Amino acid sequence: MNNSILVVVLASGVAYGTPLLFAALGELLAERSGVLNLGVEGMMLVGAVMGFWAVQRIGGPGGIALVLAVGVAALAGAAIALIHAFLVITLRASQIVSGLALTIFAGGAGLSSYLGNDLNLADAPARHAFQPVDVFGLQDAPVLGPIVFHQTALVYVSWVCVVAVALYLRQTRPGLNVRAVGESPQAADAVGINVARYRYAHTLAGGAFAGVGGACFSLALTPQWVDGLTGGAGWIAIALVIFAFWRPDLCLVGAYFFGAFQALPFALQARGVTVAPELFQALPYVMTVVVLVLVSSGIAKRRLGAPGALGLPYVREER
Amino acid sequence: MKVRIERRLTQPRWLTVAVPVGSLTAAFGLIAVVLLATGHNPAATYRDVFEAAFAANGALTQTLVNATPLLFTGLAAAAAFRMNLFNIGGEGQLYFGTIGSAAAGLLLAGQPGPIVIPAMIAGGMAAGAAWALVPAFLRAFFSTNEIITSLMLNYVAGLILTYLIFDSHSYWRDSESASAAVFPVGKALSDAASWPTIGSSVVVPLGFLIGIGVAIGIWVLYARTRFGFEVQVIGDSPRAARYAGMRTRRKILAVMALSGAIAGLGGASQIGDFRHTLDADPKGLRAYGYGYTGIVVAALARYNPFAVVLVAFLLGGLQNAGSTLQGPDFPSGLVGRCRG
Repeated sequence: MNNSILVVVLASGVAYGTPLLFAALGELLAERSGVLNLGVEGMMLVGAVMGFWAVQRIGGPGGIALVLAVGVAALAGAAIALIHAFLVITLRASQIVSGLALTIFAGGAGLSSYLGNDLNLADAPARHAFQPVDVFGLQDAPVLGPIVFHQTALVYVSWVCVVAVALYLRQTRPGLNVRAVGESPQAADAVGINVARYRYAHTLAGGAFAGVGGACFSLALTPQWVDGLTGGAGWIAIALVIFAFWRPDLCLVGAYFFGAFQALPFALQARGVTVAPELFQALPYVMTVVVLVLVSSGIAKRRLGAPGALGLPYVREER
Repeated sequence: MKVRIERRLTQPRWLTVAVPVGSLTAAFGLIAVVLLATGHNPAATYRDVFEAAFAANGALTQTLVNATPLLFTGLAAAAAFRMNLFNIGGEGQLYFGTIGSAAAGLLLAGQPGPIVIPAMIAGGMAAGAAWALVPAFLRAFFSTNEIITSLMLNYVAGLILTYLIFDSHSYWRDSESASAAVFPVGKALSDAASWPTIGSSVVVPLGFLIGIGVAIGIWVLYARTRFGFEVQVIGDSPRAARYAGMRTRRKILAVMALSGAIAGLGGASQIGDFRHTLDADPKGLRAYGYGYTGIVVAALARYNPFAVVLVAFLLGGLQNAGSTLQGPDFPSGLVGRCRG
């Protein structure tokens, strides 16, 4: 039963979906504060390379090294996000141009590749990597075992993050303030919320999440460093935020959905069915376009749509 | 002392020059920090970069090779931005341009150059425009934000490219030669389909000259015609344009098609000038991200078509230096368009 194609695809869908989930949660935080960051792919790659560097260089037992490596990846992602934050919040540059420039600067042929070369990280297997853990000894339980109880620690951490982000946005005062900043910075400013500070904080948090998402690749999924390791996951994460209507709980569903589509061609191939993998790989993008079209019709937009001030710089004098 | 940044009410003339120069300087400064932190001498590195990009033997030729696609994608982004449309899909439209022009080149295999080359240009432009019309249509009739849709379609276009060469027996795929049995490749185009070049010490590809022609064309279109005027009014104030009775939907379709056609022309130039076969290898054409860099080029040039030529040449040089020095492809990246 646990070898049926559905279980296999869902189990690896959860694994493949986890980096998407981390990155999408981060992008969601940034977008909820009104900052669109198209640099996710770049931040993920820098997180992946620095996390891998940390795990290769930090001595000590594997567990501690891995935890520290994830921390390093988060810091690296946040450092890259700081460039974007400074350009778009303080200097009010175009968020689109800055985000794209960030991906080009940090991405596949840029900083991450430079760091990988300079720190001699290529062609070496990771000294430690996250392994699936057997939770409560239930890994062989029918159906749910492989999907829910036999994943890496990062998967369980991501679940905690989803709950934390959802509670933060919905139940706390700062969370309410962020949503205000994203919907209407003028109104937020009028009640004394520091718009720039909130936007900085959430853009940086978004970068940290993206860095951890990148580390999911270099420390768990494919524990090594190669240029362009993330293979476009950053763009899927941006799509995912829209797909999930800017809600963390739906991000989780969407991430596993998209992750399963990535896993499906391999599972089919193993069973001798050959389908062009491009068909499945293209689905996340096509579905995002469809969702966008649905969301952009009038009523749906007001109900579920993007934060009102997404992508717009806030200039006090222009109120 | 507290520094406050205030928005200028009017943009003085010197600022249009100062901002791109300032951004470039800031970018170089930031990269110098990275270089220092990793134990390199920034001054020596920059001297090597300049040497490799513009001064060394054959460097200018290679720089033009890198600059040509950036010229087209930069012009494509600049053309759309005049109407406040963000066409991030230059990358995908460029891929479609390569598919269209390769199809034209293969269909007309045996024909002489003066017939094949215009057909390749037309094929590339038509395919790029067609792909750009998808987000344009969604924007015009469903008011769907074109930024994300055009971005998503880049990946779809890339996957279509992979499919044509790697996972199907399409018209473009070479199924006969010996090397194709080892690794899937596209059919090679005939010699007549190779675009001519000009010059010997510095080789100027035909595509670069066509790009300069396109830049002049865009300038004339936007500065001297009624169409261009209406496009700018719609971009600056959609409401005023509606009261004046301008047809916004049609303009969206036309401008996006124009932008896509220019990016597609860049794809045709890739086939005709440089690659001579449909290149689907992820480490080939797709690794360069010309479409994305083109947006940065356009932004740095402040969407002025003539400045795009200059900036494309500069960034082409830096990309060339980056690959020559095996260093990072850094400089084309960090460019924030700062509004003073």
